[in-house]
Amino acid sequence: MDTREMKINMGPQHPSTHGVLRLVLDVDGERVVKAEPKVGYLHRGIEKLGENGSFQQVITHIDRLDYISAITNEFAYCRTVEKLLGITIPERAEYIRTIVAEMQRLSSHLLWLATHALDIGAMTVFLYTFRERETILDLFEELTGARLNNNYMRIGGVSRDLSSFFIETLYKFCDEFPGRIKEYDTLIRENRIWIGRTKGVAAISAEEAVNYGLSGPSLRGSGVNWDIRKAEPYGAYDKVDWVVPLGENGDVYDRYWIRVEEMHQSANIIRQCLDRIPSGPILVDDPKIVPPSKEKINAEIESLIHHFKLMTEGFKAPEGEVYCATEVPKGELGFYIVSDGSSRPYRMKIRAPSFVNLGAFNRLVSGGFIADVIAVIGTIDIVLGECDR
Amino acid sequence: MDESRFTQEEEAILNALRDHFPDLPMEIGKTCGQLAILVDKKMIFPVCKILKEHSAALFDYLADLCGVDFLGKREKRFQVVYNLYSIARNHRIRVKTDVGEEDCLVDSVTGIWKSANWHERELYDMFGIEVRGHPDLRRILMPDDWEGHPLRKDYPLQGKGQRDDFSFVPKEDRQPTRTPRGRGESW
Repeated sequence: MDTREMKINMGPQHPSTHGVLRLVLDVDGERVVKAEPKVGYLHRGIEKLGENGSFQQVITHIDRLDYISAITNEFAYCRTVEKLLGITIPERAEYIRTIVAEMQRLSSHLLWLATHALDIGAMTVFLYTFRERETILDLFEELTGARLNNNYMRIGGVSRDLSSFFIETLYKFCDEFPGRIKEYDTLIRENRIWIGRTKGVAAISAEEAVNYGLSGPSLRGSGVNWDIRKAEPYGAYDKVDWVVPLGENGDVYDRYWIRVEEMHQSANIIRQCLDRIPSGPILVDDPKIVPPSKEKINAEIESLIHHFKLMTEGFKAPEGEVYCATEVPKGELGFYIVSDGSSRPYRMKIRAPSFVNLGAFNRLVSGGFIADVIAVIGTIDIVLGECDR
Repeated sequence: MDESRFTQEEEAILNALRDHFPDLPMEIGKTCGQLAILVDKKMIFPVCKILKEHSAALFDYLADLCGVDFLGKREKRFQVVYNLYSIARNHRIRVKTDVGEEDCLVDSVTGIWKSANWHERELYDMFGIEVRGHPDLRRILMPDDWEGHPLRKDYPLQGKGQRDDFSFVPKEDRQPTRTPRGRGESW
C-alpha cells in the first residue's frame, strides 16, 4: 500500500498550545517529519509602542509580555534603563525586587507544572499547584494592588514597601512550600505514565541547545551550567546561598525536574532575603528620575516643578545603547535600548526567551510522535504574549 | 575607573580580530561598560565566525540580533546589531554593521548560530532588510501578505488602517455578503 506524508494543522485554538500558537505538522503516520510553528497572532507591536512612550510609560506594556510573570519582566526592563542612566538603587529595593521576582518565578513554574501535567494527562496536579499559586497572587494583590500585570517596579526602585502582614505570610508560605512540592512529587515524579511520556522524549545535546539559543531551564536541562543570576549577578542573588540545578539528558523529564528543583531554590532565596533585608528607602533619592512625595509637592515649589516635568515629558536618558539580560522563568529576557538623548527609547528590542526557544521547536519534535508534540510545547514553557510581543 | 578603558579580556578579543583581519577598519567603542564594535557589512560573517571560534573569544551564544532604523539621523539608514555572549567565558560583545537603504542586505549568520534563523526573519519582517544566504526568509510575526515594515521609523504608529481582505468560508445556505478574496495558497 502506498504511504504518503500528510500536513496537519494544530491550533491556534487548541487547548494545549498555551496561547495562540499554530503548528503545521508534516506527519508520516504517527511520526512527525517536520513541524513549523506559526507565530504572530498576538503581535501587538510593543517594541513600536515603546518607541513612542516615555521610559516610565513603557513599564505597563512590558507587564503584558509574559503575562503570567509580569514582575520579572518589569525587573528586566527597569534594570536596563537604570544601567543606561548609570544609577544604583537602594539595597532594600534590590532585596524587595529579588523577593518578588522569586515569588513570580514560583507562580510561573507552578502554572507551568499545572498545565504541562494537564497536557500530558495528569489532571490532579493542576488542582494542587493552583492552591499555592493562589497564595502568591493574594500576596501580590496585598503588595501591589493587582494579581497579574502588577506595574510594581519603578525606574529607581519599587513603588511600595513590604507590610508586616506580607512578610509574616510569606515566611509561613516558605515553611509550608517544600512539603507542598512533595505532594506534587507523589503525584507524578515516579508515576509510570509520567516517566513513559517524558523520559527520553525530545532530547537535545548541550552543544546543540546552545547553538539553538535555548536559555533558562530548557538549556540547563541539557546540563549547561548557565544561569544569569549566577553568571552576571544582579539584585540580591549574590548575597544569598543557592545552587543551580542541572540536568543530564536534556529530555522532557530533566527539564521538569529542573523546574521543580528551581522552586525549592526560589523558596530558599526568598527566605534568606527576608532574613537579611536591610531597612532604608525603596526608591533612589533623585527627583529627576523619581517623582517626589505628595507632601513635598504640596510644600515646595521645586518639587512641584520636578513632578510636573516628570509627568509631562519624563526624564531624559543619556545618549547611548545598552543590552541587559535577566533570568526570567522562561530564560534570558534581554532588552536592547538605543537612546538618542530624549525621554523616549529610540529603539527598544525585546529579546524574548519564548521566541528563541520556540525557534528550536522543529528540532525538538522532528522524528517523535504526534502525542509528544504536546509534551514539547509544555516543556519549553512558552507564553505567546512574550513570543509575539 | 575610566569607563572607556578596555580590560585584558577585551583586549584579547580585539587582538584576535586584529590578527585575523589586519586591515579591517573597525570602530571600537564602549558604552555603559559594554564593548561594541562596528564593522563593514561585507565582513560580518567572517568576523562572527572568528568571534565564535577563537579561543580568546568563544562567543558560542547569539543572545540577540536586531535592526535599528536611523532615518534622517545617519548617512546609512539601518544598523544591524548582534549581541553575543560566551557561556564558557562569561563575557559579552556587541557587533554592529551599517546597512544603507539602497543596498538593504546583510549576510546571514545562520551558518554560525542556528538561533539566528528566526531573528533574521524578524529583521526582514520588521525592517525589510534582506538576508543573503538565509534558508527560509519569510515574514514571521506579520501576515505573509502584509505591506510595509512596521518598525521602520516612517511607518505610522497608528498603522495604515484596518484590514478588510480576510478570507472567510460562507455558510452553505446563505449567499456570501461579499466576494471572498482568498489569501492564496500559502499555509
